[in-house]
Amino acid sequence: MKVSQPKQQTPKITLDDRFCKGCNLCIQVCPHRLFVQGEKRSRAGYRMPEVTRAEECSNCLLCEMTCPDLALTVLQEEK
Amino acid sequence: MIFCPGCGDGTVLNIFIRAVEELDILKDLALVGGIGCSGWLPTYLQADVLHVLHGRAIPFATGLKLTDPRRKVVVFTGDGDGVGIGGNHFIHGARRNIDLTVIMVNNGIYGMTGGQVAPTTPLHGRTQTSPYGNLEFPFDVCDLARAAGATYVSRWTTAHPKQLLRAIKEGISHPGFSFIEVLSQCPTQAGKYVEGTSDPGELLNLLRKRAIAVEQARSMPVQELKGRVAVGRIHHVTEKKEFSRSIYESFPAEATDPQDHPR
Repeated sequence: MKVSQPKQQTPKITLDDRFCKGCNLCIQVCPHRLFVQGEKRSRAGYRMPEVTRAEECSNCLLCEMTCPDLALTVLQEEK
Repeated sequence: MIFCPGCGDGTVLNIFIRAVEELDILKDLALVGGIGCSGWLPTYLQADVLHVLHGRAIPFATGLKLTDPRRKVVVFTGDGDGVGIGGNHFIHGARRNIDLTVIMVNNGIYGMTGGQVAPTTPLHGRTQTSPYGNLEFPFDVCDLARAAGATYVSRWTTAHPKQLLRAIKEGISHPGFSFIEVLSQCPTQAGKYVEGTSDPGELLNLLRKRAIAVEQARSMPVQELKGRVAVGRIHHVTEKKEFSRSIYESFPAEATDPQDHPR
């Protein structure tokens, strides 16, 4: 018999490179330190942060609510 | 957006958009912005916006509210715009208890015009026009609003986005003069010259460290509160009558009844 597993959710964190200005506030506010200073440049030439260990995200939305350029979105996605 | 990287104004806009969405009031919204960095905030929303004279955002908003009292009128202003140039209008708006929501983004400096000293610049803060340190005492704007007669007064920082969202929603729902002060980081001017760092993350941490809950601050001695800022819901009363309602109740038979003018 197949036991139905609870659906595991992992949030998907996306950064819009049209808006990000590389202020790195998300690095500061994330309680799990998921963001690191990245090498990738946004369209305007700012160094964008990168997301590491996204599976540890607790979906607190602090980064999304703090982002001054509304570039960051945390989406709930099914695995 | 035109703001500098790491500016707290963007966070305020971010939170305000969430508040509007959660309350579902976009079609009733009317926004008024003064001059300064924070005066540009409403122009990014697809709503009715007035972008008006320096310091005169509250008089324009008063007229708007009195001609159409069903509107939710929100004023975006800065510390220089709200209590520097327009301090007189601010206290009289609060005195009338007209149903406006005033969101004052306080960065402690005149940021857009080049970093001049503002009425909220901290004591001994070094700015472009106070190169040897500011000798004037800063305003406590929340105390000023409460003393002038505002019925909802709240203060948060950009390091408290969830609490700020709740405060903005309460302020918009509150029938009366709601004043929300948001302490914000200014990496370009105030951060660089007053705080000594232009890193937005460090400035955000400074704001978070300085903040102390207002309930806790009330029971602490004054000496321990030096350099700290009380955040939270500072004042909330509901007994005082709202100004536009008084006007329309005083002249009920007039043709100026808002029901006669559907939008």
